[in-house]
Amino acid sequence: MGAWLTLVIFLPAAGAIGLWAVRRPEAVKAAALAITLAELLLSLPLWGSFDRTTATMQFVAEAPWISRFDIFYRVGVDGISLPLILLTTLLMPVCVICSWRAIDRRVKEFMISLLLMETAMIGVFSALDFVLFYVFWEAMLIPMYLIIGVWGGPNRLYAAIKFFLYTLAGSLLLLIALIALYFEGGRTFDLMKLMEASYSAPFQFWVFWAFFLAFAIKVPMFPFHTWLPDAHVEAPTAGSVVLASVLLKMGAYGFLRFCLPMTPHASQLAMPFIAALSITAILYGAYMALAQDDLKKLIAYSSVSHMGFVTLGIFVFNVQGVEGALLQMINHGVTTGALFLCVGLLYERTHSRMIGDYGGVARPMPVFAACLVIFALSSLGLPGTNSFVGEFLVLVGAFRISPWVAALSALGIILAAVYLLWMVQRVVWGATRPAVERLPDLSWREAVTLAPLVGLVFWIGVYPEPLLAVMHHSVEQVVAQVGRESLPDGAHLLVRWIAGGGAGPGVVPGVVP
Amino acid sequence: MITALAWSIPALPLAGALVNGLGGLFGFTWLRRVSHFVAVGASGLAFAGALMLFLRLSAGAPPITLTLYQWIFGAGLHVHVGLLIDQLTAIMLMVITGVGSLIHLYSVGYMHDDPGYPRFFTYLNLFMFSMLVLVMADNYLLFFVGWEGVGLCSYLLIAFWYEKTSAAQAGTKAFVVNRIGDAGFLLGVFFIFTSFGSLDYATVLPRAGELTTAAATAITLLLLVGAVGKSAQLPLYTWLPDAMEGPTPVSALIHAATMVTAGVYMVVRNHALYAMAPFSMETVAVIGGVTAIFAASIGLVQYDIKRVLAYSTVSQLGYMFMAAGLGAYAAAIFHLMTHAFFKALLFLAAGSVIHALGGEQDIRKMGGLWSKIPVTAWTFLIGTIAIAGIPPLAGFWSKDEILNAALSGGHPILWLLGLTAACMTAFYMFRLFFLTFKGPSRLTHEAEHHLHESPLVMTGPLMALAVLSVIGGALAGYPSEAGWIHHFLAPVVGAHAEEEAAGGSALFGVAASIIVALLGLTIAWVMYLLRPGLAEAGLARFTQAHRLLLNKYWVDELYDLLVVNPTKALGRVWDWFDATVIDGAVNGVGRGTGRCAALSTWIETHIIYGSLNLTGYANHIMARLLRLVQSGLVHHYAAIFLVGLFLLANLLWWLNHADPGGDGLVVWNQAASFINSLRRGGGS
Repeated sequence: MGAWLTLVIFLPAAGAIGLWAVRRPEAVKAAALAITLAELLLSLPLWGSFDRTTATMQFVAEAPWISRFDIFYRVGVDGISLPLILLTTLLMPVCVICSWRAIDRRVKEFMISLLLMETAMIGVFSALDFVLFYVFWEAMLIPMYLIIGVWGGPNRLYAAIKFFLYTLAGSLLLLIALIALYFEGGRTFDLMKLMEASYSAPFQFWVFWAFFLAFAIKVPMFPFHTWLPDAHVEAPTAGSVVLASVLLKMGAYGFLRFCLPMTPHASQLAMPFIAALSITAILYGAYMALAQDDLKKLIAYSSVSHMGFVTLGIFVFNVQGVEGALLQMINHGVTTGALFLCVGLLYERTHSRMIGDYGGVARPMPVFAACLVIFALSSLGLPGTNSFVGEFLVLVGAFRISPWVAALSALGIILAAVYLLWMVQRVVWGATRPAVERLPDLSWREAVTLAPLVGLVFWIGVYPEPLLAVMHHSVEQVVAQVGRESLPDGAHLLVRWIAGGGAGPGVVPGVVP
Repeated sequence: MITALAWSIPALPLAGALVNGLGGLFGFTWLRRVSHFVAVGASGLAFAGALMLFLRLSAGAPPITLTLYQWIFGAGLHVHVGLLIDQLTAIMLMVITGVGSLIHLYSVGYMHDDPGYPRFFTYLNLFMFSMLVLVMADNYLLFFVGWEGVGLCSYLLIAFWYEKTSAAQAGTKAFVVNRIGDAGFLLGVFFIFTSFGSLDYATVLPRAGELTTAAATAITLLLLVGAVGKSAQLPLYTWLPDAMEGPTPVSALIHAATMVTAGVYMVVRNHALYAMAPFSMETVAVIGGVTAIFAASIGLVQYDIKRVLAYSTVSQLGYMFMAAGLGAYAAAIFHLMTHAFFKALLFLAAGSVIHALGGEQDIRKMGGLWSKIPVTAWTFLIGTIAIAGIPPLAGFWSKDEILNAALSGGHPILWLLGLTAACMTAFYMFRLFFLTFKGPSRLTHEAEHHLHESPLVMTGPLMALAVLSVIGGALAGYPSEAGWIHHFLAPVVGAHAEEEAAGGSALFGVAASIIVALLGLTIAWVMYLLRPGLAEAGLARFTQAHRLLLNKYWVDELYDLLVVNPTKALGRVWDWFDATVIDGAVNGVGRGTGRCAALSTWIETHIIYGSLNLTGYANHIMARLLRLVQSGLVHHYAAIFLVGLFLLANLLWWLNHADPGGDGLVVWNQAASFINSLRRGGGS
């Protein structure tokens, strides 16, 4: 099955090369759709034959690449990366379909960028060699830069350069961390070996912060988030979807794959700080979303808020929190991707992203309105939808660390209802404005892009067990890895003091394992 | 068999909602002709199922528990989708499916001409499903699914006529205010989980005694925050009057008979936890008592027929909270039940009036309808007598029991509050009745023309509810505190602690309740029928007080000032901060880098090139080439970066293969040992 995984990684890139030969734009689109659909089908056996009873890497493939420095082509997946890979392969056909009419020039180049992007993203999620990881990590940057910079809105160059430079700055620190770990971890780039090695506390401290900056920019965490609204506003719909659904997960994935297992000590030390930043992101993003008049900016800032739950869940270091964070990564990919699709649909019709230009969309476009309301409800974490399960787990995990952390984060779910339902009220409800009176409802092509996402929203909300079963052992392993080094007493006290100390008054102790 | 029956009760309305909802989205035109059969059929069958379970339980069968599947799990957290049907649930099931089915039926007539007919039944069935999940859940998280689910349906139904901006706003307001409560509730659920390691009622409630008072108080107060939002108690009641923007059957079902009573159900369900926290019990009782009189006082002066009923609902819910806070759980559920009968009746009758008048809701433009729409008038009168607490109708029995619990439980102030509110209730309800049905007609010409009695599909449910409002109280609750309902609920809530209180004080209490009810009736009669000028004179005399009540104590305005506007303003402040400070810093770094680049370019052209120029023309060309590379365009850099990466990879590969196993990489090794020496120097 290792070869299978390699096939999954490189099929889109191979398809991209093949696409050069295709001439007519319509044929290019059809070919790109066929490739992404084939890729989706190809990735499904990974889900089917994944062993849910172990945390070890599966479908591992290994080949020497630059053996002088122990650099290998080494890939494999576990319960953390598999759901993310499937999210990617599921969303790429959606991205191709939603670009069908929205992209009308340089179609071939656009589709090639998307396909290269897919290979790079799946590569990041499955790389088990640090250099390979870094190559994929950097390789993601270029197609995304082109997608924003070539096919974007009026201010696309500013947004693209900001995105590129910002993330490149983070990457450089990642490179430094990579080299440092190579020497300290026994001259190897094997991620599994690097996770097993133990490092001195000061070393962990420096490496952690290098990691932190690289990943925090990608997430993005407050205050490194300002590239995100610009990138989203200028990016074409498919770009926004990829950015929100998959690229934002890279940072959180990095925290899970590198920070927690390799620098457990430093991670624990940094926990109060990151919890504070996460809560700030949750509340700040929500307030920002409340103030926006631009639909894409509103959703972009809601992403900042939602990703705050993810980073919070990762850094509470218990199974509920981490599992919730991982599930929330998937949920955010589904829901926010869908919301960007919805905005894209509206934009294609009216060429406006301003909330004030809409109103009463429900009457001309009832099916679209139903979808938008469903995704908004999912985004605000209504029970029965996907986000509720994720947010609930994150908050349970946070509550076990400190009730105050959970209480402050819970303010975020109130604000989420405010900004999302207010948006729905202004866009969907109300008297139908003349400008939107004659808008056509969803076409079949559009309905096909939204339908699987609606299905996922309810499936994960009602019956998340299959997904949780895949994640479970890997999450437990990460929690065990970060827990293997305990802080010295003084530092521990500091952490507990900042985090609010214990699980509140009068608790029956030791019931929860 | 019995388990299939149990899960089919919520499944039927869900299926109905799916059929109507999907059919509506696909635009099937035949749906309009069948959607009411689907919806009414689903709720009717659910009622039949509930009735069977109810009869089983009243025959003495044990409670039914049923686990459907595992929902969320992980490291000590196990949440199932499971049902629990005990006596408390059974009564709730009967109320929800019984009153719900009648309201479904009524809606067939009321909503007949509405373009959103299938959508209406979709939401109504979805509501039934959520409410059934709420009362049938066997754990806190599934309960919460129903809890927020009914909130969602309430939102969708308040905003049903979404083209009205006021309706859309009222929907958003209802959901957001409920969300505030729900956030508190969720924290309570987390607290329960960290304390017990489980979220199942069956695990948590029997172990409630293990909690310390502080923990129990924290948990129960957090749960109460949710109940206060859902059941529209002070200070989170403001959404309910606005919820009257929804169609009237919705007001009857959701905002009177069922959903708003979920908070009361929750407190009663968790009475074992509340029993550990005396302070929380006091808080529940006080919130209930104060809300009862607060809302009743606003109801005294309102002119919108539905708003009077809305404030009345808030006030009556206050009674239920008071009962629960006093430990009279059976009385709370008893009042919940009778209130569902007569308040659903009053709302539906009001809807019949509105329907008859073509949409008029202002009671100043009504009057004299008594003989014009007799069935509506008679049933409305029965509802009015029932809610006013005049024996032997339903409201008397349950309300009297609550007041008696306050009096005999040693809470004279709460008793006085309740008694005063009871007097106000009798007054504003008879005021409403007299202004609507008696006296001279104040109808507009148009309304007069439109006037007609409602069809049987609407008056039928009215008559059924009227019968329940007449006999429901005595049948279920006589003799007081030892009636059928008390025995039936005893396995869940235990026998009422203060049974010996009956006797002298009880008789005094009963007499007081009847007197204040008749007093309220009489004042209304004098002011609005006997001497119509008296009301005007009274208003002129107490202008300030009247304005205070008419404007509902300006609470909405206060909340706007204190919460809503600051929240919006804060959003704008952060927006400015984000653009100016954070993004300003980012752009500043960008500009700073640009300036450094300009500086180095200057140095290069003026100093380095200057000296290079001496070496001749060839070098100059080289420099120009280099300058091309440093174009300042990121995509050039990106291309160079890619090429470089490629070359580097090849170089490494080549070195690797050209010198297998050797140690020829002098530069690399030097770099490595340099870094190593740094590490050794600083690391240890």
